[in-house]
Amino acid sequence: MQRASLLAQRAARQSATAISKTSFKTATKASVVPSSQSRGLATVTDAHPVRVHGGLKDQDRIFQNAYGRHDFLLKGAKARGDWHKTKEIILKGHDFIINEMKASGMRGRGGAGFPSGLKWSFMNKPGWEKDPRPRYLVINADEGEPGTCKDREIMRGDPHKLVEGCLIAGRAMNANAAYIYVRGEFYLEVEHLQAAINEAYKAGLIGKNACGSGYDFDVYVHKGAGAYICGEETALIESLEGKQGKPRLKPPFPADVGLFGCPTTVANVETVAACPTIIRRGAGWFAGLGRDKNQGTKLYAISGHVNHPCVVEEEMGIPLKDLIERHCGGVRGGWDNLLGIVPGGSSVPILPKHKCEEVLMDFDSLREAQSSLGTGAVIVMDKSTDVVKAISRFAKFYKHESCGQCTPCREGTTWLANMMERFESGRGNSREIDMIYELTKQMEGHTICALADAAAWPIQGLLRHFRPELEKRFAEYELKNGPVLVGGRHARELDPTLAMPANMAIPDKDVRSLSTYAQ
Amino acid sequence: MASLRTSAGRSLLRASARLAAAATSTPSTHALRASTVATSSARQFSSTSSQRSDALFVHRNTEYNNPDIPFEFNQENKKIADEIISHYPPQYKKAAVIPLLDLGQRQNSGWTSISVMNHVAKILEMPPMRVYEVATFYTMFNREPVGKYFLQLCTTTPCMLGGCGSTKILETIQDHLKIKAGQTTPDKKFTLVEVECLGACANAPMIQINDDFYEDLTPETIVKVLDGLSKGEKVKPGPQSGRHSSEPAQGRTALTSQPYGPGQHCVPEFA
Repeated sequence: MQRASLLAQRAARQSATAISKTSFKTATKASVVPSSQSRGLATVTDAHPVRVHGGLKDQDRIFQNAYGRHDFLLKGAKARGDWHKTKEIILKGHDFIINEMKASGMRGRGGAGFPSGLKWSFMNKPGWEKDPRPRYLVINADEGEPGTCKDREIMRGDPHKLVEGCLIAGRAMNANAAYIYVRGEFYLEVEHLQAAINEAYKAGLIGKNACGSGYDFDVYVHKGAGAYICGEETALIESLEGKQGKPRLKPPFPADVGLFGCPTTVANVETVAACPTIIRRGAGWFAGLGRDKNQGTKLYAISGHVNHPCVVEEEMGIPLKDLIERHCGGVRGGWDNLLGIVPGGSSVPILPKHKCEEVLMDFDSLREAQSSLGTGAVIVMDKSTDVVKAISRFAKFYKHESCGQCTPCREGTTWLANMMERFESGRGNSREIDMIYELTKQMEGHTICALADAAAWPIQGLLRHFRPELEKRFAEYELKNGPVLVGGRHARELDPTLAMPANMAIPDKDVRSLSTYAQ
Repeated sequence: MASLRTSAGRSLLRASARLAAAATSTPSTHALRASTVATSSARQFSSTSSQRSDALFVHRNTEYNNPDIPFEFNQENKKIADEIISHYPPQYKKAAVIPLLDLGQRQNSGWTSISVMNHVAKILEMPPMRVYEVATFYTMFNREPVGKYFLQLCTTTPCMLGGCGSTKILETIQDHLKIKAGQTTPDKKFTLVEVECLGACANAPMIQINDDFYEDLTPETIVKVLDGLSKGEKVKPGPQSGRHSSEPAQGRTALTSQPYGPGQHCVPEFA
């Protein structure tokens, strides 16, 4: 029953995206009823057939060498259709490429999901020709979000797709050069990418008169040195300029003042590497996959408690459960052993089991479930997981990776990590649950970049769905060690001569004087 | 409660009065002693050990790390450095600071000494302080010497959960090499550190040894890898479980057919 209504809902969403939210309920109802009986509901004229996404055919996969089974060098890449008629694409001009990208419905694959065509078009503002500054395309290959390992497969297996993508995306923005910022740890990936770039230069595909089109375009690899924050676009630009990777205030946006003070666009590896294939196969092909506004294919990386963790390219909008059962051999110990799933990398809220059964893996469905697609990094946790510890580890990660520029983030991530570490063993006061929630709310949106938000969301997700687990832990701990004050101090350790603020949740005097908890 | 508070306040006052008296009448060492006596009866100040992040951020001259130790790129690296610098606009030479520090670290047996930083600053014509800033910000620059094999074990959540879990691997390495995370073996062969996500989550748990990723580890395979390296053998990087890369272990569920060729499935214009 639940499943049926879900399918109906999905169909309704496809058929009627324009309808307002108030009419949504009626639309759902209407699509279940056969169309002949749906008289009187003028908002829905035709019910689309119910379609379940997923089960992509190999011929619709963009990254044919994601598993490194074939030659990643130029010869192999050409055999797989890369660099095919690139010259013709370039000669079509920037409007054609951008319009195709817009029509394909591609949304940035780096996590935020901003429409790529629109973003690229910001580079070509009216009068851009008069601007004497050079223009840059920067590729964000600083893949560091815990759970994410998709760009690595592109750079290892299909580096030529990325190089060709740089050229075409660069042409769309009228850029002069592309810098590919690869995280420093990816040694093998840089090696493959550099080999591909060298070959492409040698074959005249990039460089002066790229592909014989009369367009000059350079591609450089720049290696980072281990900082998660450099995945943020302005921090990445700072890092590329040879400074500490501390995000810049926006505006001015990179499209106006970016790398070396010049117009710049930062794009994710997957977005750019998919672009040549999208244009060659037509925007319609790409837009035909997935749901409306969430079109195309996506590389998903599934890790954690599944039988066979893997990276796989699938259609957008594949149900999360299907993704895991089809490609990963299911959750360890069966679906009923599932505790929760983090659907998009460390910075998105965790989903409990009942939501995992319903959600589709795309931007909008996961947002409705109060989570996010992020980078498509699915981290599965079965019932053996200490969920508090798992989220606490994320908090520790963000504490380590905060660049220290904004106070709410620098201090907040440390507080979160410290509190969560206490909560692991249950050493906390029940009032602190609301306190930590408030703390996350105070961090969110009060910093230059989104790292503070990213640190806050997983904890908010934990509180949203696993609050009873925390409370249970606190109760168990109290049973063993006596009441815990706000701040984690044991009530039994309290010095009776000490003046304490009244808001520390100090238990009544007689409770405190009981020596039953003294060890 | 209220009486307690005031009495505590009074005793504190008394303590500080005594402290002041001691300070005026006796030299400072006595004052210190007096203060400890006085406060111990009233209250204990709680203090926690200072928690530093990964490493000390300031530089202190030591025998093995001071500006007088000469460092210069060798001929081969000089050429590479020139090539790297040519990637950036001439007025933004300093953009090459991270790649050059990396190059210097490689030449300087895996760590970035103050001399390396100074040399990079000289080449790039930038104030040395700007180079120090960069070298302290990024975690890949080791400002203390490391062993021949630099073991970076990922312990972030996906690795913590995946496979047998990174906790087990960490314990195995610590038991096997008899060092803790952050330490180097006495023979200077291995340095072990815990690091954050290295981006190979579908192959968890994993470790990076110098430049190579060793994935799909189990306690047995990590010992095998370490023993092999210790003997000076070449151990094949990548998944240690027989997997090729990140495909599902029981066999591929995708990309099983022959890849399509040039022009196939394309719109007529680009076919």
